[in-house]
Formats: sequence, C-alpha cells, structure tokens
Amino acid sequence: MTTVYDDLGDQDTGEAPMRRIRFTINGVRKVAEVEPRLLLAHLIRRGLGLTGTHMGCDTTNCGACTVLVDGKAIKSCTMLAVQADGHEITTVEGLATASELHPLQEGFKEEHGLQCGFCTPGMMLAAKALLDANPDPTEDDVRWALSGNLCRCTGYQNIVKSVLWAAARLRPAPAGGPEPDPAAEPAQEA
Amino acid sequence: MYPSRFRYEAPRSLGEAIGLLREGGDEAKVMAGGQSLVPLMKLRFASPELIVDINNIGGLDYHRADADGTLRVGALCRHADLEHSDLLRSTQPTMAAAAPLIADPLVRNRGTLVGSLCHADPQGDWASVVTALGGSVIAQGPEGRRAIPMADFVTGPFENTLALDEIAVEAVIPAAQGARAGGYLKLERRVGDFATVGVAVALELSGTTVTRAGIALTGVGGSTIAATGAAAALAGQALTPESIEHAAELAAQAAQPRTDHRGSAEYKRHMVRTFVVRLLSRAGPASGDGDPAERAA
Repeated sequence: MTTVYDDLGDQDTGEAPMRRIRFTINGVRKVAEVEPRLLLAHLIRRGLGLTGTHMGCDTTNCGACTVLVDGKAIKSCTMLAVQADGHEITTVEGLATASELHPLQEGFKEEHGLQCGFCTPGMMLAAKALLDANPDPTEDDVRWALSGNLCRCTGYQNIVKSVLWAAARLRPAPAGGPEPDPAAEPAQEA
Repeated sequence: MYPSRFRYEAPRSLGEAIGLLREGGDEAKVMAGGQSLVPLMKLRFASPELIVDINNIGGLDYHRADADGTLRVGALCRHADLEHSDLLRSTQPTMAAAAPLIADPLVRNRGTLVGSLCHADPQGDWASVVTALGGSVIAQGPEGRRAIPMADFVTGPFENTLALDEIAVEAVIPAAQGARAGGYLKLERRVGDFATVGVAVALELSGTTVTRAGIALTGVGGSTIAATGAAAALAGQALTPESIEHAAELAAQAAQPRTDHRGSAEYKRHMVRTFVVRLLSRAGPASGDGDPAERAA
C-alpha cells in the first residue's frame, strides 16, 4: 500500500511518524496511515478524494468543513485525522443515495438555499445533526444550529427555509392523514 | 495549514498520561477538545513536540452534582453537554446562561470547559463564570490530586499554574448556601466572536438578602477580572435599585478595557455597568431567571 502526503518543505519527510487508523466514512470502513498533524479535513479531501467537504477559512470560523463525527457536527479543520480512529464520519457525499437526493438537498434546491454553494455542504451537515436530534425545529432552532456556519451569498433566509422544508418532508405523516406536502407549510410558520 | 510535526500519544489512563507529560516536560501539551490548541498549532503560535490526547481516557466526560450540591465537571465534558444539561438549567443559572454563548455550536460539540479554563484566554467566558462562582480546578499529578482555586489558577494570559506533569481533571463549583441566582451576558459582534464585554454574576440569596455574590468580567482587561469590590458591596444587602446601581458602578471601575476594533474603552466600561444592572435586576426573587439563552443585542 502506498501513502502519498504533502511535502511541506519545513521538515525532513523521511522521519514522518505514521499512525494507522481505522474509521468508517459514509458507511464504508477504511484503514489509513496518517501523520498525526494531518487534519481530518485533509484526510477527507486528499486522502479519500471526497472534495465535497470544503476548506473555507482554515481558522475555525466559517464551518465550510463541517462533517459529522459520531453524529455530531464538528469542524474538520480543527480535529486531527488521527483522532478519527474508531469513529464514524459522515460527509455531504453520504447524504444522497445513487437514485435519490436527501430531503435536505431537495430542500436547498426547492427553496434556493444556495448561490455559490461553497458553504452548502457544511450547512447541510449542521442541519442534519439538528434534524436528527430535533425533527420538529422552530425557525429559531434552525438559526441557532446554523450559527457556526457562515454564508457570504444568501443572507441565510433561504437556507433556513430549506432546512424547515426538509424537516417537514422528513416528519412522518400523521396516521391516516394525507401525504406531507412541505410546499404547503409556510416556512415562516415556526 | 498544518501544525509543525509532533509526537502523538493517546493514552487510555490518567496515570499513563501523567507519565507521558513527565517525559515530555515543557514540550508536552494535553489536548482535550483542541478547539483552541489546534488553531494555535496551525498558526504555529504553539509547536509542542508531544501531544497527549486525553480523549481516549474513560470516565472524564461527566458533569454531576454531589449530594450536598457541589458540581463537578470532568475534563472531557463538552460545552454542548453543558448547554443541554437539565442539571445546570435547574441548579446553575450562571453556567446555564453561559454555555450556549461559548463559541458556536460546532465548536461546542468538541471544546471542553476544563480545557477552556486551562487555555486561560483573557477573553474566555468560562473563566469568568467559574471565578464568579468561586470554583476551583482539580489537578492530578504523580503525587495525587490537589484543588487549585480559580483565583490562583490563571497566572497570566494563556498561562496557568499546573505543574508540567499535572492534568486538570475536573472543575468544581462549591455548593450554594442559599438559593442561586445570576446569569451571564455577552456582547459579541457575531456568533463565535470573542466577547467585546462579558459579565458573570453569581448570587446566593436567603429570602431577599444576598448571602454571597461573585461578579467577574470577560474581555475588559489582560485577564479575567474578579470584581471583588462590587461583589463585597452586595453581601448582606437586599437587591434594591440603589444597591444594584452601586455594585454596577464598582464593577465598571474594576474593568480595565482598552479601545480596539470591538469598541472604545468608554463604551466597554459602560456595557459592564449595563450588564451588571441587568443581571442583578433580573436576579431578584420575583423576577425569575430570565431567558438563559438571551443574547445581548
């Protein structure tokens, strides 16, 4: 097995102390050899080629690199890859199936929750962590949950609507009631 | 950005971790949540040769109250655990108010209260809260455990009094003698920013009389400021408009704000006074605890 990592030019590459880690990403078990200073975001993007996880500020501010670790939304630029050992990671690539978008992705499409799209994967994962814990959030709950994720395009209104759309779609239909129709539910209601 | 190269160890026990720290001396650093340390390492403000990651040590992720009401927060208790804690909501108004104001939700999922105390950032919110509550830090080293009062724990900006082979394993908030009241208010430009001004007020009341008061200030000096004069002025008094005004004036005097991009010194001092008035007015027996998640607009 070959491991390629960046030549940072600042130290002798011959002595990199490698660690072997095992983890699950989007349901697939992986083994990786990583240098301890490799960040989780780098392992995901460069090691695994999953470039849906974006690097925005690289200083723990913007949330573009948000992923789920054991279901909790965290900033992958602020966690060492070696710390993923034994844990379960979900990235934006883990949301959709081959044939179907995740309701959050549909919601962002329906409610125009993105413009440039750079912050969107992080927004969707922070939103997923919220909806997993609270399937019926108020608008305030959504704003609170997304408050660590910055968007420079949208002014956030449509992102909040998108998450509420997805929440309505994900909620089970009341027994014997009609099919849920998220479009019929005013996004401002909460 | 990458940190510079370091040796990484993730021990399974405190004993093992302490041994590693002893070996690493002043080139070793404990990592808990890493939400301050990793950014510092990426910016190369910190370049420890040995990282002792304590996340794999079991039994440190608790927060619980002893039978007498003493609160204990373990070294791996995350900010988010405290934010969603029923125990805090029902027994610790100052902590319950502060927890949702720490950094942002993503950072709160990893960062820890004890780590924040150790980091000793002058703008750290928890240091003010624990100072106002008269708390302490439990350090464990090769010779066992010792309690370090919060007032003695921080020795300067980003400096604490832990020995090189000691780990802060727990923060302790002593039991209240009376009914607890108080809160934390933070003025910030946006979520996740450091406090322009933060004020922690922790009271213990017997009826309408203040039996103990703690007031501490965030972001208005080179370190967390314990407004001891303001707190002392409240002890034994009822919360009246006059006693509140007097304490707020003393707290504003204790602040040592500097003009910067977050505001002028004058403005910050004014906000200290305003926050103390607000928190004390709200702490009166009839007025309830207020909304713990209230943000200062």
